[in-house]
Amino acid sequence: MSFWKRFSTNRGAVFGLILLFLVIAIALLAPFMFPRGPWAMVQRPFLAPFDAAGLYLGTDTLGRDVLSGLVYGARVSLLVGLISTVMALCIGVPLGALAGFYGGWVDECAMRFTEFFQTIPNFALAIVLVAILEPSLGSITLSIAIVSWPPVARLVRAEVMSVTKREYIDAARLAGLSNMKILIGQVLPNTVSPIIVMASLMVATAILLESSLSFLGLGDPNIMSWGYQVGAARTVIRTAWWLSFFPGLAIILTVLALNLIGEGLNDALNPHLSRKGRA
Amino acid sequence: MKLLKLTTFLVASAFATQLAAQEAGGRLDVIVQPEPPGLMMGLTQNGPTQMVGGQIYEGLLRYDGDLNPQPGLAKSWEIAEDGMTYTFHLNENVKWHDGAPFTAADVVFSLGFLDGTHPRFRANYAHVDSVETPDDYTVIFHMKESYGPFINAFEVGSMPMLPKHIYEGTDYATNPANSTPIGTGPFKFDEWQKGSFIHLVKNDDYYVEGLPYLDEVFYRVIPDAASRAVAFETGEVDVVPGGAVENWDVPRLAAMDNVCTTTKGWEFFAPHAWMWLNNRQGPTADKRFRQALMYAMDREFMKDVVWNGYGTVPTGPVSSKTNFYSDDVTHYTHDPEKAKALLAEMGYDGTPIRLLPLPYGETWARWAEAVKQNLEEVGIKVDMESTDVAGWNEKTAQWDYDLAFTYLYQYGDPALGVSRTYTADQIVKGSPWNNVEGYENPELDKKWAAAAVSASNTERQDIYNEIQKEIVDDVPVAWMMELEFPTIYRCGVQDLISTGIGLNDGLRSAWIQK
Repeated sequence: MSFWKRFSTNRGAVFGLILLFLVIAIALLAPFMFPRGPWAMVQRPFLAPFDAAGLYLGTDTLGRDVLSGLVYGARVSLLVGLISTVMALCIGVPLGALAGFYGGWVDECAMRFTEFFQTIPNFALAIVLVAILEPSLGSITLSIAIVSWPPVARLVRAEVMSVTKREYIDAARLAGLSNMKILIGQVLPNTVSPIIVMASLMVATAILLESSLSFLGLGDPNIMSWGYQVGAARTVIRTAWWLSFFPGLAIILTVLALNLIGEGLNDALNPHLSRKGRA
Repeated sequence: MKLLKLTTFLVASAFATQLAAQEAGGRLDVIVQPEPPGLMMGLTQNGPTQMVGGQIYEGLLRYDGDLNPQPGLAKSWEIAEDGMTYTFHLNENVKWHDGAPFTAADVVFSLGFLDGTHPRFRANYAHVDSVETPDDYTVIFHMKESYGPFINAFEVGSMPMLPKHIYEGTDYATNPANSTPIGTGPFKFDEWQKGSFIHLVKNDDYYVEGLPYLDEVFYRVIPDAASRAVAFETGEVDVVPGGAVENWDVPRLAAMDNVCTTTKGWEFFAPHAWMWLNNRQGPTADKRFRQALMYAMDREFMKDVVWNGYGTVPTGPVSSKTNFYSDDVTHYTHDPEKAKALLAEMGYDGTPIRLLPLPYGETWARWAEAVKQNLEEVGIKVDMESTDVAGWNEKTAQWDYDLAFTYLYQYGDPALGVSRTYTADQIVKGSPWNNVEGYENPELDKKWAAAAVSASNTERQDIYNEIQKEIVDDVPVAWMMELEFPTIYRCGVQDLISTGIGLNDGLRSAWIQK
């Protein structure tokens, strides 16, 4: 069975993928849909959805179009999610691979270092980092990467350890390949599938983290994001529900989409692990 | 003695005018936010300290909503025509809360005490040459020079009267009496449960017959803004002072049955909000750029939307509620085309400018966003910075900003609360409250100085008119709003706000209609 065929047997995953493509398309088309940008004050404040022509989701506390904020917010969420995940992989994968492959004191050092980060609650550490570095898109992405790499290192280490014990690795050693060649050419390619699955879920977590930071007022003040929209609407939640409802919905749907995709990838990449009844 | 009596008030209480139907008795619950660090007004001058302490302590004078002096502990006073002598006649039947009589000796002691602890008092007191007490109930200030604003310096927050018999010869800061303050005011301190409430009870020996009406007052400490709104909704508290709930909650609370609001009671402070514009460097060093900013901003919109319509768009540095205000100045209406023309004329190259909002909650964040949007609409690139209170203090005090929000009190007179922002001698790095923008205009400096010590009020008005006309064209800072903080209260509470400092000394005449 090909990868796509296996993936598409999971209907939820297909739904997630469609949803994600939709969000990506909206993010890319934002400047064409709303050329004035998300901060333009276009109408009276506190207009409910569909109250005024063209303002399908109403206006916020300053009379800004909620829909244009959502559309531009999609760019930020996806960008932060993607880049911070890539950064986390860049830290976690090499560290985990070295630890798992060499073992011994390398493993000890790497794992103690990882545990050091794991003992601090993710979100608390992210808040501290952003507060110290001053909130900006760069510092938020960096902080999210810094709090998300430890599980990657753990996973990669475990995978590398198990792969290293396989016979073809012994064969590679006997063939006289250098350690680095074996690690990069033989071991890592065989650990890719769980990393991909994990990465898709990490993007979702990163989006949630970014939203939470913005909600607390630690977002980049120059950038419209979903978390900012919810946070700014918090004080008026009793008079203007739509200000927090729609960005919240956007966050839920995007995170859901990524989780469904992760599940689908898991099924597709690890057919042996598929749940009973579906294989 | 060439003393010409200018003003003499012999009314015991000008405030107890409507003798109609005041009813004595009852308890009032008021929110105090945040919890004050202490109640001893000689040592701490925070807003919440003044709000509670103003019922316990008193000043020599009180001020009505138009900032006219009214009798307080002093029943009458005279100012010599040359402005060199101020004579106060004290009420003779005033007692401290522990029963000791209040006399001129307490006044003299308080002056010495405050000279060491109260910076704003010290600045005023520096104009005083000597103080004389011919008898127990007369105090005469001899001035070094005529100093018109002096008559505005006797309010309880600016010059509280402190008990000599308790503090003399002790270490003021560690005196145990600080935690059980003794004043002459209409209410006596009873109990303070930290984090919960401060309880004041009626002073039965108050020197004004019949006052106060209330039996007791509870100042309630509720740390969260939403919970404060709920406490008012459920009837747990009767009075929400200005600024204690989020702006967006005000219309909702005000719309409840039997709830009244007023914006009175801030006239003496006249909080004036503006953006510091860094006059030293960057595009903001160019006067045309600063004028362009003023034309680019839709300040009326900001007032209506960000502040829910509360407040007034200022014409310049002096609040319309402060004495010596003049509106004969250039008016900066919302005119993006004019702003663009000014930017083109100066050859603005699109250099981005930084905007530092005041980290005081949602309203201020929205305000900064509206400014940024307005400026970008005329082609000024704005980078919003994000900071906490400490970071804001640091950045403004160290002049590390392009645009930065702030607001300051005016204290009824331009010499007390306005000139400090614009004269060159106030350019001192390290404080966020002086001439932070770095505006230098030697001609105006002379006029500010002349206006402060001029003997006649008409002469002062003329000089202040000239100053306002000229400085508004220079736009040293971008004046944004005369802030108004609505006080929300149950309509049954009568005569709650009767002075220019509102709740800070208002409870003595408040009564509850049953």
